[in-house]
Amino acid sequence: MAVAKDLREVCQFGNLMEVGKKMSGADILIKSLECEGVDTIFGYPGGAVLNIYDAIYRCKKIKHILTRHEQGLIHAADGYARSTGKPGVCIATSGPGATNLVTGIATAYMDSVPLVIITGQVAVSYIGKDSFQEADITGITLPITKYSYLVKDVRDLARYVREAFHLATTGRPGPVLIDLPKDVTYAETEFFYPPEIDLPGYKLKPNGIEKEVEKASEMLKEAQRPVIIAGGGVVNSGAHEELLALAEKLQIPVSTTLMGKGSFPENHPLYLGMPGMHGTAYANYAISDCDLLLAVGMRFDDRVTGNVKTFAKDAKVIHIDIDAAEINKNIHVDLSIVSDAKNALEKLLGLVNEKDNRRWLDKIEYWKKEYPLKYCKDSTRIKPQYILEKINEVTAGDAYFVTDTGQHQMWAAQYLKCVRPRSFMTSGGLGTMGYGFPAAMGVQIAHPEAKVVTIVGDGGFQMNSQELATAVHYNLPLTICIFNNGYLGMVRQWQDLFLDKRYSHTEISQPDFVKLAESYGAVGMRVEKPEDVKKTLEKAMETPRPVVIDFLIEQEENVFPMVPAGGSIDKMLGR
Amino acid sequence: MKHTLSVLVENKPGVLTRVAGLFARRGYNIDSLAVGRTENPEISRMTIVVEGDDRVIEQVTKQLHKLIEVIKINDITEDEHVHRELILIKVNADPAHRMEIMQIVNVFRARVVDFGRNSLIIEVTGDEGKINAIENSLHPFGIREVVRTGKVAMVRGPKHKNGKS
Repeated sequence: MAVAKDLREVCQFGNLMEVGKKMSGADILIKSLECEGVDTIFGYPGGAVLNIYDAIYRCKKIKHILTRHEQGLIHAADGYARSTGKPGVCIATSGPGATNLVTGIATAYMDSVPLVIITGQVAVSYIGKDSFQEADITGITLPITKYSYLVKDVRDLARYVREAFHLATTGRPGPVLIDLPKDVTYAETEFFYPPEIDLPGYKLKPNGIEKEVEKASEMLKEAQRPVIIAGGGVVNSGAHEELLALAEKLQIPVSTTLMGKGSFPENHPLYLGMPGMHGTAYANYAISDCDLLLAVGMRFDDRVTGNVKTFAKDAKVIHIDIDAAEINKNIHVDLSIVSDAKNALEKLLGLVNEKDNRRWLDKIEYWKKEYPLKYCKDSTRIKPQYILEKINEVTAGDAYFVTDTGQHQMWAAQYLKCVRPRSFMTSGGLGTMGYGFPAAMGVQIAHPEAKVVTIVGDGGFQMNSQELATAVHYNLPLTICIFNNGYLGMVRQWQDLFLDKRYSHTEISQPDFVKLAESYGAVGMRVEKPEDVKKTLEKAMETPRPVVIDFLIEQEENVFPMVPAGGSIDKMLGR
Repeated sequence: MKHTLSVLVENKPGVLTRVAGLFARRGYNIDSLAVGRTENPEISRMTIVVEGDDRVIEQVTKQLHKLIEVIKINDITEDEHVHRELILIKVNADPAHRMEIMQIVNVFRARVVDFGRNSLIIEVTGDEGKINAIENSLHPFGIREVVRTGKVAMVRGPKHKNGKS
């Protein structure tokens, strides 16, 4: 039996049972969400969820955020979840409401984000008849959810909700979907929130890892040129302190993947930056030259490894991951530890002694000096990297950063200095355009007092710009930085480098973003000169309303260094 | 190499879809899949024959384990086990050839389960080798239709594959 959340924690909202009193499915759903301590739901109403919305109308404890598109709400729930570590909860109606969630569900699945998604469904007797607004959403989302439920009997509902939260948040987190037919929301039964969870096939307790940890400590002791790559698993398990302690104790340089960004302080001398396709040259050289690679909570994505045959070819590899299926999936490893990162690093920390790797660190220092991240500074045109440096100055790292997907995302990963876990939100695995702005809304809703800066391209922003209405409605003081180059920049970069500059359909027109912002009731600003970048950022962050800044950046700037897809990571363009 | 996986799953709707979907989307090759209830009505057993090297089988096993309804997986390829498959073969059988076909049926200890004017349905149970052999023997007469159940298997001796011995 899986170890379930302590019910005293669960039942902070009162009774777990209402004996003798019948409740509707809709009320049971909301009551169950209250039992889980949910404070915010992101949603969009519709026919199949009418009765649920009636229950939401009566509910005083949960705030409901109405977006302008279902894709906006699921990304917002995702941003809420990533920035807090709590599950994001969202609701949409049947058919198109549910299918509009699909991209957001896949985004969360690829990046192991805990979401509980409730979709309306046509009444049980109408299922399978191609009824109005019917879509087989459990079928559609089968490969992109950790689990899903189709509730056919109201008596199962409370238990399913309890299991859904348990599944979404434990082990390797992920999205769980509950499909709720309309008639089930009206059907009545007694409310009982079950204290026990019985999922015989869901085992959280891994086998003992003592032997493996001991072996790892010996390998670390012998290593002359060790490197750590930390991924999203370090963030998810809250292992950042253990990571820092281990790196300092053994003097091991640390590279963080896109998902691991913020799990290691980026102003630390042992920090290497990001590995892989757009990683720093010194991270890629260190990985290519190391004799021991300790990979923690990461999954050897092809954007990290490049050619797997030449990746860390001289190294013994130790892989710590909570998901056993990640071991030996892409890279064959010498030692695996199936555990959450925190547990494994804690145990490892207890077994190792201080060590000095001066010669190795000197070599890395040399690479850092010789091949730093660099760009051509310009006094008349705005360089995207320059804006990011100014964002660092203005925020001093005390902000949440949310990016969209494309060139600006890679520049942000390279140049933003994150010092806290959960301070950098991005669609890493799926690479979803349109993610950044709505996700930033979710982050701001979870942290009303915090500075939230979203960095988006002019292409990606147009994919979900309708959410400006939501940001204005809830008066979210977001700073939305559009890196406007008039191109779908990352695709254009590939056309530039690999397709003889045949810019096929990557030049993209756009509205006047300042006027667009203003028409929604937000503040619009435009920056055309480098000297205005910093003061505009400062002004925007002082404005207690959503601000859209249209930065007209250098149009054909490329992201470097770059490892061509499938190449060896020590062979970089534009190093 | 072919591996035989004996997989215990919760007997719930959608489990087969999840297993089949997993194999399809990760590009694993299912050779056969047989599923049915066990002595415990809440648990079903799938016998999956899958083709792949050790790394593929390692991945298949681990990915199957991630499915919430999958309770236990045993790769019984190397264990001493009994395996059986049932096949129904509809074969052309005009009166001139019937006796010859009946002899083949007897040799293989198969059974004739339907007698048509010009065809027979033959039921054979056995391991893969026997089934392939009878299929080959009947081939010259003209096989009209074949239905196979896929392989089911059980480990020999007292060992109990539901987790207890």
